[in-house]
Amino acid sequence: MVSFLKEAEELFEEYKDYIPTHREICEILDKEFLTKEDLAKLLNVSSKEDIMLMAKKAQKLTRENFGRVILLYAPLYIANYCQNSCVYCGFSCRKKYKREKLSFEEIENELRKMKEEGIDSVIILTGEDRINSSVEYIEKACRIATDFMSEVSIEVYPLYEEEYKRLSSIGVVGITMYQETYQREDYDKLHPFGPKKDFEFRLNAPERALKAGFHEVCVGPLLGLSHPKKDVLCAILHAEYLLDKFPKAEISISFPRFRSAGTDFIPSYTVSDKEFIKFLIIARLYLPRVGIVVSTRERPSLRDALIDVCITKMSAGSKTTVGGYAEEKDEDAEAQFEVEDRRSVSEVVDVIIKKGLRPEFTNWVKGVKSI
Amino acid sequence: MFEIGGKMLKSRLFVGTGKLPDYSLIEKMYYEAGIEVFAVAVRRIGPNTKHIKNVLEYIPKDATIMVNTSGAQDHKEAVKIAMIGRELTNSDWVKVEIEKDTKYLFPDNYETLKTCEILVKEGFKVFPYIYPDLNIAKELEQIGVEAVMPLGSPIGTNKGIGCEVLLKPIINEVKIPVIIDAGIGRPSHAAQAMEMGADAVLINTAIATSADPLKMAIAFAKAVEAGRLAFEVGILKEYEYAQASSPLEDFISG
Repeated sequence: MVSFLKEAEELFEEYKDYIPTHREICEILDKEFLTKEDLAKLLNVSSKEDIMLMAKKAQKLTRENFGRVILLYAPLYIANYCQNSCVYCGFSCRKKYKREKLSFEEIENELRKMKEEGIDSVIILTGEDRINSSVEYIEKACRIATDFMSEVSIEVYPLYEEEYKRLSSIGVVGITMYQETYQREDYDKLHPFGPKKDFEFRLNAPERALKAGFHEVCVGPLLGLSHPKKDVLCAILHAEYLLDKFPKAEISISFPRFRSAGTDFIPSYTVSDKEFIKFLIIARLYLPRVGIVVSTRERPSLRDALIDVCITKMSAGSKTTVGGYAEEKDEDAEAQFEVEDRRSVSEVVDVIIKKGLRPEFTNWVKGVKSI
Repeated sequence: MFEIGGKMLKSRLFVGTGKLPDYSLIEKMYYEAGIEVFAVAVRRIGPNTKHIKNVLEYIPKDATIMVNTSGAQDHKEAVKIAMIGRELTNSDWVKVEIEKDTKYLFPDNYETLKTCEILVKEGFKVFPYIYPDLNIAKELEQIGVEAVMPLGSPIGTNKGIGCEVLLKPIINEVKIPVIIDAGIGRPSHAAQAMEMGADAVLINTAIATSADPLKMAIAFAKAVEAGRLAFEVGILKEYEYAQASSPLEDFISG
């Protein structure tokens, strides 16, 4: 499983100082499929003109493969108990604040409110705590969600294959699993204790989910925690690895950038807008059929610009506090990270339509995949 | 007019709706481009929300909905999607689309065959999307599908008729309609398919992702019509060498 990490490491080392010429970039863009070497080279492009050129091809590939459609979803945080000590995270167990867990009735209220807002695709999130947010609890929450939404996904702690099977059998179709960083040493330092310390168990979670019958997987690093180019390269090869092994699956990729979350953690790396955009474009160029997700961590103007180029899926009207839809809450004080785009679903929909695209709320009709 | 799936249709251009920027284009295509058959992916038929209406609400009631099983990975999923689709749309036309990879999206003929066997028995009007294989096309004909839909080239590539040598035998040999589906990028590609003798074409990407989908749909409709007319008249044979328009021997003998 980790062979792609070794490959990414070797590629990165070989090409880290390689700056492709404009002519070489054009030759790469003329290809139908890029090689891994092309991918590693493009990570070092810095000229604005060349990035714009790459963006043009990325846009063409996105439209050809995904049409003029942007899928919209919203996260539902049902619990924020966490056993992990991630130094950068607002949910860290070292952080002292009121831990909450929604009752099933509250979950239903949240879903009802989300549905009223027009959301039809939900990702159920919890902190990583097997006791307070047991698999049974998640399963029940997902069951309720399938009554309201056409599509239900999860973003919870890594599960065992049998546990994924349970969720898949009730109609949960997708899993998001951020590796945070693919660099083992940094990962180890950033996660001092707690079950999340097990790098491999997390890394293999998407594969277990796909084996268990899940249909969609989203992977990616949290940019800023370790060397960004290396992490991006690893994430892209991770997505490719999953596609090769599970050619039927719909794989997505996302590069959330670190945002402060009430901790005093200062990331070792910052990723500029230019670099961030370039990373997303490169992911599209290398993997034309892979979904690309942009979260509300990014500010509205940047998200809107990206819609035109390579994004296929985005969250809208997101509340990142537990119980934030049915009840007004202080997002800054209680959220896992800072939300930059606080626009309502309607506002996001308007932007998408103005750009000549169609907002879509349904990717999988409830029941179609729970066979 | 031509008969297919128990209906008489004027237009031989079928359109997929999945990649359209705006579903309201469907009605315009029906009235302005004369398109009568719209393929709809069941996986995307969501409920009405405050922001968007269900795609089905945009399809004129006299148009034909072709339920599409895209997203299905085997015959079990395809059958279930077809059943759900029939419930949702009230249409028994189903395009069987089963792909096993998300990179090339090539249809899986084996699973498609199994699906069609089941769906024909269930009373569907079945339109299988296939990799161009004459043997499979003939088997499907035996099973009782309404038409076969071989690909022109991989989905969404706009590369046109990339496998004419495989398509031609299917057009020549099967007695049911042949609809070229996938890969057609330009109106001229569609005209070529029709000149070859295809009974219809199904287009999605080339129309939906163009700068003006309605205008492009009209362009395709005209090309399809032109190609069909030419086929019906009979396409002239190509010659390696120029031929005098009046026979040379007239002059020699004169």
